[in-house]
Amino acid sequence: MKSRTLKRHFRESFKSLGRNGWMSFASIAAVTVTLLLVGVFLVLLLNVNHLGSQIEGDVEIKAYIDQTTKTEQYNQIKADIEKIPNVQSVTFQSKEEGLKELIKSLGKEGGAYLSKQSENPLPDRYIVKTKTPQDTGSVASEIKKVTHINKVNYGQETVERLFKFTSVSRTIGIVLIIGLLFTAMFLISNTIKLTIVSRRKEIEIMKLVGATNGFIRWPFFIEGIFMGIIGSLIPILVVIFGYELIHDQLSKKLDSVFIQLLPVYPMVLELSLLLVVLGALIGIWGSMTSVRKFLKV
Amino acid sequence: MLIEMKDVWKTYPNGVMALNGIDTYIEKGEFVYVVGPSGAGKSTFIKCMYREEKPTKGSILIQGTDLAKLRERNIPKVRRKIGVVFQDFKLLPKLTVFENVAFALEVIEESPRTIRKRVNEVLDLVKLRDKAKSFPDELSGGEQQRVSIARSIVNRPPVVIADEPTGNLDPETAWGIMDILQEINDRGATVVMATHNKDIVNTRKKRVIAIEGGRIVRDEQKGEYGYEV
Ligand SMILES: Nc1ncnc2c1ncn2[C@@H]1O[C@H](COP(=O)(O)OP(=O)(O)O)[C@@H](O)[C@H]1O
Ligand SMILES: [Mg+2]
Repeated sequence: MKSRTLKRHFRESFKSLGRNGWMSFASIAAVTVTLLLVGVFLVLLLNVNHLGSQIEGDVEIKAYIDQTTKTEQYNQIKADIEKIPNVQSVTFQSKEEGLKELIKSLGKEGGAYLSKQSENPLPDRYIVKTKTPQDTGSVASEIKKVTHINKVNYGQETVERLFKFTSVSRTIGIVLIIGLLFTAMFLISNTIKLTIVSRRKEIEIMKLVGATNGFIRWPFFIEGIFMGIIGSLIPILVVIFGYELIHDQLSKKLDSVFIQLLPVYPMVLELSLLLVVLGALIGIWGSMTSVRKFLKV
Repeated sequence: MLIEMKDVWKTYPNGVMALNGIDTYIEKGEFVYVVGPSGAGKSTFIKCMYREEKPTKGSILIQGTDLAKLRERNIPKVRRKIGVVFQDFKLLPKLTVFENVAFALEVIEESPRTIRKRVNEVLDLVKLRDKAKSFPDELSGGEQQRVSIARSIVNRPPVVIADEPTGNLDPETAWGIMDILQEINDRGATVVMATHNKDIVNTRKKRVIAIEGGRIVRDEQKGEYGYEV
């Protein structure tokens, strides 16, 4: 294509954006609303994911060793546990270490009470991590069968509920986002269709004087990209500044419960890029599907 | 041979049989009137020539290219060889006279210089140079038709096809249009023109193809209109 033709296509698409002002506005608004929702959902989803993986990463099995076991047998126990499929790591934690951790987690008063006790009531234990957090349950019951292990603990119910929550919210999020994208494409192709009806005569004449379909399509293509990109601007700003604000406000509060939000950067930038691309794709798709019908002259 | 139709049939999707076996040919440089009662199939005959309609059966050759076998993407090439003048002018209301004519050259990516030169030439030919900056709704019917003619010839097609170009015009204006078509023909283009204008056909004698019920019923050099108006 000659460069002056490309220039012409740009000129035509801008002219048409202006001429069909309200229609263009409606299309852009459709993209904006959709991408806003998509952006918000994505931020939520990514954070749920992040949260999930933090907690999933923290999931560990405590395998308590029978108090009567002799230290020489410990290595055998460790080897037995390591043999179980899906076990990633096995670390020893002595009763002294266990006590320290417990005191720390109980806070001032309970800890003070415990540290006064001369007798350490805790058994030695192995801390076991699994390769995939979802296997925790089955690995735990295998460990229980190992000799000299008299008890395992991994916060069964909490873990199970958490997995369910994260996977359900992931699925819901993805379904919602896909649904939103389709709605936007539909809205745009409809609004553009309306602008094209008014340009039907122009397209017909272009075809009759020998314009190729490609030639006719170009301005619509450019127009679609523009509408999509313009439509993604507000969602991008909202995502960047909105998330920065929320991150600032929330992260302090969440610190006390050992939960972290996703860092603002580079997440918002990646998300912005995604929103621009989605916007442009929605725009192109919308304008191309609506122009196709009118090219059959 | 410029245009050749072999056993052309056209049935519209609603079942109307508009053309029922048309056989004819048109030589380079001819001037042909297509006449016949309303609904006879004249417009369909003409639309098949520039592939606005696709015949149901038969072949139409334009300079050896068979329109019936033409691929979708090659249609523009054929259309550039044929200038079409419409009864309802088909001008774009938001473009000036100059822009409307230039349009036909823009879509084939001519350079701005060539466009300016050629558009001015044809506007001279149809005597509308001084109205170049006017918009269609500021022109009379005859003037609008002249713009439409200018657009049809600006890319110098070997064939100009006109479907009742004088149909909406008063007799005097109609003669002006005829003079322009004659001029185009004199410059070497083949002209095919469907018309209801008995006066013109009987005065400026040319080849006459008469169509009735989708068939050619008469084909005479220097023919008569042959119908009562
Ligand atoms: N697009 C169309 N769809 C269905 N029928 C049509 C269409 N165009 C024309 N016809 C029918 O085909 C016949 C021939 O029409 P046309 O070629 O326009 O005749 P003319 O130009 O001689 O008046 C008429 O009966 C008309 O109603
Ligand atoms: Mg007709």
